[in-house]
Amino acid sequence: MKVHLGGEAEVKILDDVVVKKRVPKRYRIEKLDRELRFRRTKMEAKIISAARRAGVPTPIVLDVEGDTIVMERIYGTPVKNAMSEDISREVGRLTAKLHKANIIHGDITPMNLILSDGRIYFIDFGLAFFDNKVEPMGVDVHVYFESLKASFDDWEKLRDAFIEGYLEEGGKEEVIVRAREIEERGRYVERVNM
Amino acid sequence: MIALGIEGTAWSLSIGVVDEEDVIVLENDPYIPKEGGIHPREASQHHSERLPSLLSRVFEKVDKSSIDVVAFSQGPGMGPCLRVVATAARLLAVKLKKPLVGVNHCLAHVEVGRWKTEAKNPVSLYVSGGNSQVIARRGNRYRVFGETLDIGIGNALDKLARHMGLKHPGGPKIEELAKKGKDYYLLPYVVKGMDFSFSGMVTAAQRLYDSGVAREDVAFSFQETAFAMLTEVTERALAYLDLDEVLLVGGVAANKRLQEMLKIMCGDRGAKFYVPPRELAGDNGAMIAYTGLLMYKHGYQTPIEKSYVRPDFRIEDVEVNWD
Repeated sequence: MKVHLGGEAEVKILDDVVVKKRVPKRYRIEKLDRELRFRRTKMEAKIISAARRAGVPTPIVLDVEGDTIVMERIYGTPVKNAMSEDISREVGRLTAKLHKANIIHGDITPMNLILSDGRIYFIDFGLAFFDNKVEPMGVDVHVYFESLKASFDDWEKLRDAFIEGYLEEGGKEEVIVRAREIEERGRYVERVNM
Repeated sequence: MIALGIEGTAWSLSIGVVDEEDVIVLENDPYIPKEGGIHPREASQHHSERLPSLLSRVFEKVDKSSIDVVAFSQGPGMGPCLRVVATAARLLAVKLKKPLVGVNHCLAHVEVGRWKTEAKNPVSLYVSGGNSQVIARRGNRYRVFGETLDIGIGNALDKLARHMGLKHPGGPKIEELAKKGKDYYLLPYVVKGMDFSFSGMVTAAQRLYDSGVAREDVAFSFQETAFAMLTEVTERALAYLDLDEVLLVGGVAANKRLQEMLKIMCGDRGAKFYVPPRELAGDNGAMIAYTGLLMYKHGYQTPIEKSYVRPDFRIEDVEVNWD
């Protein structure tokens, strides 16, 4: 059994299932802590289902209770170890599907994508939220580009393939433009006010 | 080497003189609004009326001729206030025949914190009236990894305080009230990725007060919610960047409950927590002087013709070529 300790959650990987539990934070008072962990767990399960309905492969949620989600374990290879232009193009298509359903993933990186039986699964929706604006979609795409840059020498080709897939699937051109702008301003989110 | 720095981006008017080791003089003459919040024009009038006498006070304590560099806060901040400060700095530099250095206000908060604490490469949480940002260095720039999508935490506290009949500055009064709070009421907790928002929370807290909830409980609920958001985003930045130091700077850094929450979070993940002395955490001239000195030593100088004010000056705009 493997245990991963992320920022928010403890993830146990068992034979058939993955158990994700949001851990309490001592710095915030109990009432708020409990509310946040339960609300976010529920939201994550809801987003995983919404993503599936939008045509994006995700693990099946088997159970949600309080601060814990039990989901199907996806066996396969992390996209990080199997990257190609075709795969990046497919990631672009799937990201466009998420965005058309107003789902912002929040952490699209080759480590969070698993190649299994020729399909690409999005496995971690821990930072996901619903939003229909261009900015968070641009951030989503930007985060993916940055992760390509960090891991692959031919990241430019992989990026261009992603853009092809994204537009082909009906993703908005302005999101791609925004992702480029975000890169230029060197940060993730536009300031609205001083 | 000795630098003089003038700060006056908002309500604070402050002049500091530093050498490489320590602060030599720090004199303040803050603008305090008679009622309501900060009025930019009134604040700038205050600054222009008081700057000459503040400067004389400084020169009673240090010899004018010992100054090697004149630094000023070039932005971000309120345009009218920035112009007063920039004009004074230009005049002084010309008069003393010394180089001028325009300093980014946010950068100065972080650098003075690194100077006066043991923090080396921290995630900085910068919390003040107008700004709330999570900042860390990547290569030769500081980057903002998360920030408020609307108002700064200090302004949020002030707005709530005013609504409950408390005078400026509201932060310390909210802190005192919150200590007596017992019942926690849920308020909108808005964190999106690394960013956060306070304006919805202010409105909800104001409604809570209007509905008859005690001021103490409103203050308590507000602090617990807002500071949990800031602590969470700081923790995310630590995890994401794989760093192990947190530096808390800005006027709101004085809040003991915020300090406590960050301390607990740091303790639980084996990170170290730092906060500079109070007079150097809030807006002050010494941080401008120190950062000006640092920049000058590393080849920076601002010619008069490029010393225009920059109300939207971002920390990312400064190339950092020092350790």
